Amino acid sequence: MVVENDITIDALWKLLEQVPDPEIPVLSILDLGIVRDVKLQDGQVEIIITPTYSGCPAMDAISMDIRLKLIEHGYKNIKISSVLSPAWTTDWMTEEGKIKLNKYGIAPPKMSGDLSNSTPVCPQCNSADTKLLSQFGSTACKALYQCNDCKEPFDYFKCH
Amino acid sequence: MEQLINYILQLADSNLILTQRNAAWCGHGPILEQDIAITNITLDLIGQSRNFYQYAAKLINESTDTKVTEDSLAYLRTEREFKNLLLTEQENGDWAQTIVRQFFYSVYQYFLYEKMQHSRDEQLAGIAAKSLKEVTYHVTWSGEWVIRLGDGTAESKERIEKAIIELWPYTGEMFLPEAYEISMVSAGIAPDITLLKNEWYKKVTDIFEEATISLPKDGFMQTGGKNGVHTEKLGYILSDLQYLQRTYPNATW
Ligand SMILES: [Zn+2]
Repeated sequence: MVVENDITIDALWKLLEQVPDPEIPVLSILDLGIVRDVKLQDGQVEIIITPTYSGCPAMDAISMDIRLKLIEHGYKNIKISSVLSPAWTTDWMTEEGKIKLNKYGIAPPKMSGDLSNSTPVCPQCNSADTKLLSQFGSTACKALYQCNDCKEPFDYFKCH
Repeated sequence: MEQLINYILQLADSNLILTQRNAAWCGHGPILEQDIAITNITLDLIGQSRNFYQYAAKLINESTDTKVTEDSLAYLRTEREFKNLLLTEQENGDWAQTIVRQFFYSVYQYFLYEKMQHSRDEQLAGIAAKSLKEVTYHVTWSGEWVIRLGDGTAESKERIEKAIIELWPYTGEMFLPEAYEISMVSAGIAPDITLLKNEWYKKVTDIFEEATISLPKDGFMQTGGKNGVHTEKLGYILSDLQYLQRTYPNATW
């Protein structure tokens, strides 16, 4: 039984990989690190997620998208719970996610232990010569920077 | 249990009322980036207040016969039931007044949540730890604006000094505990706010110094908000905030 359960939980994780973040669709919710646990008990699937920011308006959409993805694959008894602690950190973002983010034009977050004062590298031309325009960008999780070389403004996924 | 519920409602209400105030800036900020900044901060505040309301609702439903939700707590309580700090209901005024109000409140939240993340109450500790990360950005942003305005032009300095005089009498309440707060401190659930005062004062003094403005003398402090005794402004805020749910009960988006 244990083996069979393991296989199913594995399949669930695979499905979650196909659920994109509604605001940054190149990232899956796994890349973002917001899925904390997947449980399977007495035929019920439980997906435990944590919000990125307290007021993140995408959380309801994400819960719905997870539900729809699971329904699409024949799951019926679904529970989606949200936990606050431990608080989400950008350190949970996968390396692959950071690469995808950079390709998409958003500079990925530094690790929280990185105390250097360096600004993020421009995702357009890779210049390290960039400056902060505003600590708050198009969504709660981003700040707005500008490249001093190519002059392009760009979003930086804030370290959190 | 009632003391704990009152305590949580006070935390939720202060955030909600400041949210409602700040939200009036949406589309009216001085420049686009700052419009986005104040509304992003406000989004964090409403998210935090939802976490507190949801927790309060759970405790109320478990301990009494009434059935409440985060929405009914926000939309259907009366003015005398709201426990928000008087500071949060003060008018937006000009940009300087909004900035000073945000700065005073964010610095207070910062030191409060920094201690509360070690609360014996796991849910409050969790909300505090999460909120602290967000509030850290709010403190930086509002502090930078205090410096920019204070050490800016003659007009910006005059405006921020006026805002500080206007709002200063509402800062004392943050560090004067009500009965329900005192009982939560002895239970190891709430931080002792009287001990936050020095840290708050120091942070504010440091930023004011950089902004080349001086701190007002202590003076008379207004109190009552945390016990439901408000300035006349709250009634107007609530009539705006609550009219839809009161006119069309249970209306949904
Ligand atoms: Zn560039």
